[in-house]
Amino acid sequence: MGLIDYFRSSRQPTAAIAKERLQILVAHERSERSKPDYLIALQKELLDVIRKYVHVDQDAITMTMEQDDSREVLELNIVLPDESERRPMHR
Amino acid sequence: MARIIVVTSGKGGVGKTTTSAAISMGLALQGHRTAVVDFDIGLRNLDLIMGCERRVVYDFVNVINQEATLNQALIRDKRNENLHILPASQTRDKDALTKEGVERVLNELSETFDYIVCDSPAGIERGAHLAMYFADDAVVVTNPEVSSVRDSDRMLGLLASKSRRAELGQDPIKEYLLLTRYSPQRVKLGEMLSVEDVQEILALHLLGVIPESKAVLNASNSGTPVILDEKSDAGQAYMDVIRRYLGEHVPHRFIEQERKGLFGRLFGS
Ligand SMILES: Nc1ncnc2c1ncn2[C@@H]1O[C@H](COP(=O)(O)OP(=O)(O)OP(=O)(O)O)[C@@H](O)[C@H]1O
Ligand SMILES: [Mg+2]
Repeated sequence: MGLIDYFRSSRQPTAAIAKERLQILVAHERSERSKPDYLIALQKELLDVIRKYVHVDQDAITMTMEQDDSREVLELNIVLPDESERRPMHR
Repeated sequence: MARIIVVTSGKGGVGKTTTSAAISMGLALQGHRTAVVDFDIGLRNLDLIMGCERRVVYDFVNVINQEATLNQALIRDKRNENLHILPASQTRDKDALTKEGVERVLNELSETFDYIVCDSPAGIERGAHLAMYFADDAVVVTNPEVSSVRDSDRMLGLLASKSRRAELGQDPIKEYLLLTRYSPQRVKLGEMLSVEDVQEILALHLLGVIPESKAVLNASNSGTPVILDEKSDAGQAYMDVIRRYLGEHVPHRFIEQERKGLFGRLFGS
């Protein structure tokens, strides 16, 4: 291994990047797995409805499902764009 | 009653067949009657790795379709009488494996064997699903590489929800991590995920680490499970895995970069 390669590889510890990306991805995919099957479809349909009225991105909507002994809480979080960016689709 | 072990991964080419050959031979070497079953229908390869490709007459699908008996299809290993191989068929029919058929064959194998090792195909389709469905233990073969780790996690989700044990509400499948093609040198340089990294992400019991090794290709070239190459690093690592699986306490090896002797330091790369 050449000297240049040595410095390059020591400046970019790609394994650390890999680990960080995996931690984020795996945590996300695990939470997706634990959702009931209909939740994904529900999320998509809600997004379609919202998009009839406001322009929002795919990731502007987050949905969480929490469960305790007595009840299930479905939490829906939609980030609406700034007034200036809003462009109504319907009127 | 046999214990059913699935060797699985999600991702292809990570070392499942190499591992199935090694651990089935390892269990046989320890005196356990062992059958190794190739679930990779259409892409039979375990026979080659085991070195019995010219002795295949009937296969797994023939037994399921009752075109042959189990005894006619099982190939007795020439090196160890405890070990038998059930080869996959080369049919292109994706639906050749049925849940009932697989269950019947595994039940019959259970009567005479202590361990049944199921070599899973890659992916999460029918073959991979049926290979893990009836399992008691799962060896999740993972390479220290992003897509392999991600697919292993995906497979863990399936093991926990789509197996017979999960569906019947029994104790879950016991899951073990087997990290293969590990290169301590590259880990040291920060180029490869370390054992600790992978364990932190997957949170699995570590069964062993198999180093990236030239011995594996040599073994497959000659049709000898690498565990029989007792002098090789990979062979020794697989033997440690067997002893750990059978309950012995064996410290992990081949995780640290080997220190070179004077000769290696002077002339090595
Ligand atoms: N520890 C190792 N060191 C070096 N090479 C290895 C090691 N383990 C496996 N290999 C090589 O990796 C390749 C794939 O191995 P193998 O066939 O066992 O993987 P697999 O997971 O069964 O693949 P598939 O998903 O196609 O069934 C082979 O060429 C094998 O020789
Ligand atoms: Mg294979």
